[in-house]
Amino acid sequence: MSVLEIRDLHVSIDTDQGTKEILRGVDLTIRSGETHAIMGPNGSGKSTLAYTIAGHPRYTVDSGSITLDGEDVLEMSVDERARAGLFLAMQYPVEIPGVTVTNFLRTAKTAVDGEAPAIRSWIKDVNASMAKLRMDKSFAERNVNEGFSGGEKKRHEILQLELLKPHFAVLDETDSGLDVDALKIVSEGVNRAKENTDLGVLLITHYTRILRYIKPDHVHVFVAGKVAEEGGPELADRLEDEGYDRYLSAATDA
Amino acid sequence: MSTQAPESPTALPEGQHGLRRHSDGAGAFVPVQTRSERFRSTSVGDFDEVTGREAVWKLSPVDRFRDLLAETLDGGPTPIDVVSAPGTTVAWVDRTEARTGRAGTPEDRAAAAAWTNTEQVLAITVDGESDENTTVRRHGFGSAPRAAHVVVEALPHSRGTVILDHSGTARLTENVEVVVGEGAHVTVVTVQDWDDDAVHLSSHFARVGRDATLKHVVVSLGGGVVRVNPSTHLAEQGSGVDALGVYFADAGQHLEQQVYVHHDAPNSRSRVSYKGALQGTGARTVWIGDVLIGRDATATDSYEQNRNLVLTDGTRADSIPNLEIETGDIAGAGHASATGRFDDEQLFYLQARGIPEDQARRLVVLGFLIEIVQQIGDSALEARLEEAIEAELRGGSAATAP
Repeated sequence: MSVLEIRDLHVSIDTDQGTKEILRGVDLTIRSGETHAIMGPNGSGKSTLAYTIAGHPRYTVDSGSITLDGEDVLEMSVDERARAGLFLAMQYPVEIPGVTVTNFLRTAKTAVDGEAPAIRSWIKDVNASMAKLRMDKSFAERNVNEGFSGGEKKRHEILQLELLKPHFAVLDETDSGLDVDALKIVSEGVNRAKENTDLGVLLITHYTRILRYIKPDHVHVFVAGKVAEEGGPELADRLEDEGYDRYLSAATDA
Repeated sequence: MSTQAPESPTALPEGQHGLRRHSDGAGAFVPVQTRSERFRSTSVGDFDEVTGREAVWKLSPVDRFRDLLAETLDGGPTPIDVVSAPGTTVAWVDRTEARTGRAGTPEDRAAAAAWTNTEQVLAITVDGESDENTTVRRHGFGSAPRAAHVVVEALPHSRGTVILDHSGTARLTENVEVVVGEGAHVTVVTVQDWDDDAVHLSSHFARVGRDATLKHVVVSLGGGVVRVNPSTHLAEQGSGVDALGVYFADAGQHLEQQVYVHHDAPNSRSRVSYKGALQGTGARTVWIGDVLIGRDATATDSYEQNRNLVLTDGTRADSIPNLEIETGDIAGAGHASATGRFDDEQLFYLQARGIPEDQARRLVVLGFLIEIVQQIGDSALEARLEEAIEAELRGGSAATAP
């Protein structure tokens, strides 16, 4: 059982107009096996939270803490966080010319496990995961994300999630831009990972659609850089009916 | 196209992109308006002493190879090891009018010096069709200044690959002619894997015949000064060239390539793609890409690009694409040049998957360069070059510092 704890997190970025505070005191606790949905309007800081957990250099943590089983995540480099068991499925994965998916996956697996995977069982695992995600075998020989469609990129992210077996996965708008079929395939992959590895999931989304396929235990509504409301799955249903207007007017009034 | 310029020696007129006709300073100050009008001669005496300010030399470290610009040079044969494909012959032959001068004529003093001083030509003739390669290993040039002349001829309808593989030390200026007969498809690769002190000035001239194609690959990894300037004349209809290059400059290395493609016939096609990496103080690369689409070259299709990846401070990459089009009826013409630092988003992506920073950097750089290597089409050579590039990356502690 692992715990990812975020306490009073304040995060800012440097812009041309100066420093801009994005997260204004976020508290969140996720345990193994739990699925937390983070929902909120555009610009509320959802993706900032995702990238701050992963350690993207663009974001500056002004105060607060992130710990994984008591270990200070903020002290870790990006790759150390990944090796500690954190995974970020990105909204816009970058292309890496000249690096094949096969080479990339094996290099990442070796880095995360600290030793090279046994060749035969590794190839079997990769092929099995790709088949379940309805990815053609030719994918393995293509360069990472190069020429991938939006749906292919997201499947490739979930493929990595299944193969690298992290303790916690942050899914940054994995549902955006997917048609219903692709959304189902991707969701099945996340659910398999949850089942197989007791994965804790932080599901960041603008829409409630993905929550039909990945059931959240907790729903947090993000507005203006902090959690405005928390609840169970029923909160997502309410958002589907009412949208975010209620929070936005409250934030403007404040 | 040429215009008369004022004949005042104090106000040298600059032509398009700073080019000047025979700017070695021979009195007539007529700016070169098109690339095809540059001064040419096979005789070293027709070129003035090099000042280093000439358009063709101004980006080169001339003082590092003055000896190769001399009137007289040793042009005798040098040791070669040959592994030849069936149908391909490699031999030293006397230079005759019939054999040389078919693909091009020197445009600078170093190439003319090589031409003037070479008695015997290394003749490589590709006949028949073979999937096997011919590799000519050239080494043992020694440290005295030398001249050489190579002629690669692909007979009509032949198919093959010729690899010129350079190692050891050298002070060499040379001309390499590539004559591609009609319907032939030939690949010519020149690998510069010299010792650190080597200087290699090489002008390649290719003439591509009707419905023939040339794949020309320049790989420059080792050597103090390596300057390989490939010119391709797409002389007949339906001819094509893929001009590829990959280079990796370390501290103190100067790697240069002036690439010229002359579309001179209808339906000709060219793709120029050069990629380089620079690492370490004083690492210097130069890429000049000239594409001329002549008046008769209708329905041509051309694209040239150069990309440089700067890995450390203290390096300099020059990248100069030029495109001249003299006909309105073309299928496509484009150029691109980009010189940039490492893409931090790529680094973040790989690190976010647990891959340590130094390893992530190596993956990205190798991936960037290997894209060219993968197009050579020879798996043994590709594997060797991949290893050589990895060794370059390991060698540079600055690139892998945390």
